[in-house]
Amino acid sequence: MRRSLPIVSTLIVLLAASYFLIPLYATFQFSLQMVRGQWSFEAYRSVFNSDVFAATVTFSTIASLAAILVGVLIVVPTAYWVRLRLPRWRPVVEFVSLMPLIIPPVVLVFGYVRLFGSTSYLPLTLSNAGTNTLLVAGYVVLSLPYMYRAVDNGMAAIDIKTLTEAAEILGASRFRTIAAVIFPNVRSAIVSGAFLSFSISFGEFVIASLLNRPAFGPYLVQIGQDRAYEPAALAIMSFALIWACMVLMQLFAARKPGGRILPRLIRPSARSVTP
Amino acid sequence: MSFLRIEGVKKSFGGNTVVRGFDLSVEKGEFISFLGPSGCGKTTMLRMVAGFETPTAGTISIDGQDVTAQPPNRRRIGMVFQAYALFPNMSVADNVAFGLKIAGMPAAQIRERVAEMLTLIGLRHLADRYPYQLSGGQQQRVALARALAPSPRVLLLDEPLSALDAKIRVSLREEIRALQRKLGITTIFVTHDQEEALSMSDRIVVMNEGRADQIGTPFEIYNRPKTRFVASFVGNLSLLEGEGTGDARAILAGDEVILPFPARGRVILGLRPEAASLQASADRTNQLTGRIDEVNFLGSLVRLRVAVAGAGVLVDMFNNPGNPPPGRGDIVTIHFAPADVQVLEHTPPELAIAAE
Amino acid sequence: MSAEETLGPAPMRATSEGATRRLGLRLGGSWLGLVPFFAFALLFLFLPILYLATGAFQNAAGEFTLANFAELATPNLRAAYSLSVRLSLVSAALGTITGVLLGYAVILGGLPRWVRPVFMTFSGVASNFAGIPLAFAFIATLGRIGLLTMVLRDVFGFNLYGAGFNLFSFWGVALTYLYFQMPLMLLIVAPALDGLKTEWREAAEILGASRRQYWLRVALPILMPSILGCFLLLFANAFGTLATVYALTGSRFAVVPIVLYQQIQGNVLYNPNLGYALAVGMVVIMAVSNTIYLVLRTRAERWRT
Repeated sequence: MRRSLPIVSTLIVLLAASYFLIPLYATFQFSLQMVRGQWSFEAYRSVFNSDVFAATVTFSTIASLAAILVGVLIVVPTAYWVRLRLPRWRPVVEFVSLMPLIIPPVVLVFGYVRLFGSTSYLPLTLSNAGTNTLLVAGYVVLSLPYMYRAVDNGMAAIDIKTLTEAAEILGASRFRTIAAVIFPNVRSAIVSGAFLSFSISFGEFVIASLLNRPAFGPYLVQIGQDRAYEPAALAIMSFALIWACMVLMQLFAARKPGGRILPRLIRPSARSVTP
Repeated sequence: MSFLRIEGVKKSFGGNTVVRGFDLSVEKGEFISFLGPSGCGKTTMLRMVAGFETPTAGTISIDGQDVTAQPPNRRRIGMVFQAYALFPNMSVADNVAFGLKIAGMPAAQIRERVAEMLTLIGLRHLADRYPYQLSGGQQQRVALARALAPSPRVLLLDEPLSALDAKIRVSLREEIRALQRKLGITTIFVTHDQEEALSMSDRIVVMNEGRADQIGTPFEIYNRPKTRFVASFVGNLSLLEGEGTGDARAILAGDEVILPFPARGRVILGLRPEAASLQASADRTNQLTGRIDEVNFLGSLVRLRVAVAGAGVLVDMFNNPGNPPPGRGDIVTIHFAPADVQVLEHTPPELAIAAE
Repeated sequence: MSAEETLGPAPMRATSEGATRRLGLRLGGSWLGLVPFFAFALLFLFLPILYLATGAFQNAAGEFTLANFAELATPNLRAAYSLSVRLSLVSAALGTITGVLLGYAVILGGLPRWVRPVFMTFSGVASNFAGIPLAFAFIATLGRIGLLTMVLRDVFGFNLYGAGFNLFSFWGVALTYLYFQMPLMLLIVAPALDGLKTEWREAAEILGASRRQYWLRVALPILMPSILGCFLLLFANAFGTLATVYALTGSRFAVVPIVLYQQIQGNVLYNPNLGYALAVGMVVIMAVSNTIYLVLRTRAERWRT
């Protein structure tokens, strides 16, 4: 690449940036126009004052956190066990963890509705708790590929087998090995996967809607049909939420194992630059 | 007039000067090595000949034509890279044909030339393989054929052997040299390996900190190093400090050593391991006595380090199956000829033995 | 290599009975560790899909039949598949082209260093910014009273909708999808662009190739498997998308997921088994494109040694 000015690249980047930023700006400005003739945060106030908003946000937060918890409980021991004892099973487990990528949510929930319907051996859809279980299970399935990838990468970064053997030869029990050695070392990876998982399930629409759950996604659609300005405000808030999740995810994914739970704001390396 | 001329070439990146004033004339068909440690500017100099970097000052001309401002794709130069750089999407034959296709050669001629080149490197049977199916040595031979196929005016080799196993490295360097002689192509070879440079080159340019410290034949470079850097970088050299008496003698910690020529004041003397011997002979009139610190059995050679005059002197002796070498702690006398003593620049304060 | 094989110790064989039993016990015990994972996958992934898959081959009386798949060819279902495939192809093609161009500019374009991380982070966010909020953003921008629509009309005197544009049409939806497709493409094609070695460009250059020749004969052919693979991933990504299009157009834009959604909600199709076939058709299309993606990716990785 000769020292010619990168005109083409600059042009492409500017075009892409405007395509990305104009809708965000437009949405933001639109969200401020609820009161005629002046800028105001009235749309946001209206959203926050709504009981349905609070209820659905609470519901979706709990559902997403439950999905993260279940996902971690299923994925972490499995990934650990596969790496430690059953490396031959790795392709199989990996394949299963990737399966959800080819199952659209609408198909998955269709299967749930029929398999766990009123005439089934396990009629989960008949009770509230049962339906909530299905919702959480669906979210676990949706985030399974990402969760597994994140955790498995975290375990690949440290030599899980040698660490376990080292802990065992020092006399640690299996439980202690996992709690004191393995978990702290893959904690960042788990947290990173959790943020991605949260951003997937929090605003999810299809499964929640078809299971008839009072979740945030269906609430958004309802607002979109009823109101003009609140949807714009909600879009901005959603974008901010996803942004936060992604930034936190990247932060945790890039961290060395064994660090503190919350990353320091000032990196120690930044201070040690001066000799 | 020389075929490739490099005159007064300088190169800086920002405030960092990498090449400071480089002059070289290369005859047609000559094999020149740029030898030096990493960061000495040898690769940057090569890349300026290729056209990937533009000199900050100076000119480069090939066959009487100034190419300093010419882009690489106009220079008609062949180059072989350290990491092979074969195009992974093309078969061996297509890789070799690439330059010919770009030059617009008719297809039938291309086929002929490719076959010729592959025969030359002995890989004709692998014409339809892909690079990832070849070993490192095979890939580098294909890279060589690709560089040579369009009949370039100059061939540039950028550490082509350093990614290979030791055995292949030796056989391939002989192959490259034979091919170069056969085609009579002017070649510049960049390496940090003195053995490669010494064994392959017509002339060697020893580079240090962006300068050519010495330019000469392998024999000259090895036997008559001009600077302490060249002396220590090429081959093994034991260094001894002494006091020149002004009449072709020097005193080293009480012992007297005869020099090839007069020197006065503090002197540093260099001695090659193969020039020192435990046997006396008519011309080995110098003697130094010391205790053996270390015995390294290297196979055909046994290398001793003898503590002499506060320094360590390396002595090579041939392996003799009937006669085991002396052991550690033995007191021995080293014999060497005055003509083999190298009197190097004066005044460096510390005594040192040049490491490998 | 062969020397190593012949010189190496012969593999030890556990011949003693005790060793064999211990091995068997250990394997048996180890296997239990995977039970929770596979039990979950069986219950909430395999069985539901299996239920649909078997149902797709049955009629209302539970007998084996292929009639459900034959019925997918009825005009309205065929139209749904056709619309879905066309929309996914167009949006994947747009995403691929723009994403590769953006990747070229950001990764190889010689721009300042900070540009790349900014775009990569933003892409991580934008590729997840699908669904309803995205639809809202585009309605606020390019809807009938969207900000950009208004600015174009009032400031530039250009009537977007008068000129034939409609956010709630095929091209409007495709333009909206681009908001997550382009960044997704950037993210997944970046490793391939990073994998382009400088030496390849230099080798081509010194063999006489112009920049154009380098791109056409070396760089693009090397990238092609990755690009095609990513295209298929984008295709599948668009094909399975429901929420965005639903929030934009309600159920007027009858892509396959929308038809299926309505079927589940209110049994629009008189035959539930036909719904299963519809779902199986979706999974098959997704599976095929993902499989080809994996095959192409393996091929591209083979070159990257």
